[in-house]
Amino acid sequence: MSHTAIHEDHSAEVKKEVVRVTIILSVLTIIELALGFFMMGIDAPGTRLLIKGIIVILMLSKAFYIVAYFMHLKHEVRNLIMTICVPLCLFFWFITAFLYDGNSFRNLRNTYDPHYKEQSTIKVEKKELKHEEKKEEAPVDTQRRTD
Amino acid sequence: MSTTTTATTTTKLWGGGRSPFNVEYGKLMMWYFLMSDALTFGAFLISYGTIRFSTNGWPDPNKVFKSYPFAAEGVNAPLVFVSIMTFILIISSVTMVLAVQAGKDMKKKAVAINLILTIIGGLAFLSCQAWEWNHLHNEGAWWGMNPFPNADGTASSTNFTNYFFTITGFHGFHVFSGVIINIIMLIMTLTDQFEKRGHYLMIEKAGLYWHFVDLVWVFVFTCFYLI
Repeated sequence: MSHTAIHEDHSAEVKKEVVRVTIILSVLTIIELALGFFMMGIDAPGTRLLIKGIIVILMLSKAFYIVAYFMHLKHEVRNLIMTICVPLCLFFWFITAFLYDGNSFRNLRNTYDPHYKEQSTIKVEKKELKHEEKKEEAPVDTQRRTD
Repeated sequence: MSTTTTATTTTKLWGGGRSPFNVEYGKLMMWYFLMSDALTFGAFLISYGTIRFSTNGWPDPNKVFKSYPFAAEGVNAPLVFVSIMTFILIISSVTMVLAVQAGKDMKKKAVAINLILTIIGGLAFLSCQAWEWNHLHNEGAWWGMNPFPNADGTASSTNFTNYFFTITGFHGFHVFSGVIINIIMLIMTLTDQFEKRGHYLMIEKAGLYWHFVDLVWVFVFTCFYLI
């Protein structure tokens, strides 16, 4: 009898936690969306970068809440938490290395490939030429690839 | 006192005869599978980031994803439709948690109801995605076709649409298989398979997969629609 009582108690506790985490996730999403809307009116690259950084931090905290509470990882044994989380630390290096590499590639092309740089500054005509634009685009792309 | 308890549990955990991770085999393997899946999605998203960092211009997502179903032609409502999709997935994740918890409490009816709600959420998300793909396709976007110019007005490459359709397609396929798994779980619940086994542990594994799908969407949503 007492066993069921404890069980019911635990169940109610879990439900309370689920409600709490749902509210946190919704609030974080709403903040993200608000920042997204706010960012539309801003042109300064520095401010945009700052907002993007905040959005990424919010994204990571959402990921934490989903994994820790919905996927229950926080309540698992330490061994399991470590087995899952430690290999994923590779991502720190992956992200740093690959984004740095991409950025470096762009700088190199802009410095040493004047044709590429010129191509990427040509403005396309607005909507009226939508269909022609589509046809034109294919050759531009192949040209770029052969460079 | 607390240190001694930890010490004894540790020796018990590694004493043999039971999983040192204190979970059953299937759940541990589900975790390992999800870890490898995380690496796959990570590879996709990092590749997207690398290409985006290596090009001078990129289309503005707010000018690409700005419509919703039954909207008038030329409507400008960025982020609206995708936020609905995001909330659908979060809510379906919540009902899945409730299904898992009901399974722990051995409440068959609650498990079935919550699973049905989760399946509805998954199907709703898939319908939203199907609409969005169809809409973009009608605008001339597809693999190898990109009608959207860069944010600064310069000609764009097809990288944007290639990555968008590949990554959201891969995620959508995960949602689809998650829905199938949930339907199988629902059938097994309704035919009393879990009652006969005496536990609903299988629902927990399906739940882990479903939450992972939600988790991936958090990243996809941020990378493609917000930043």
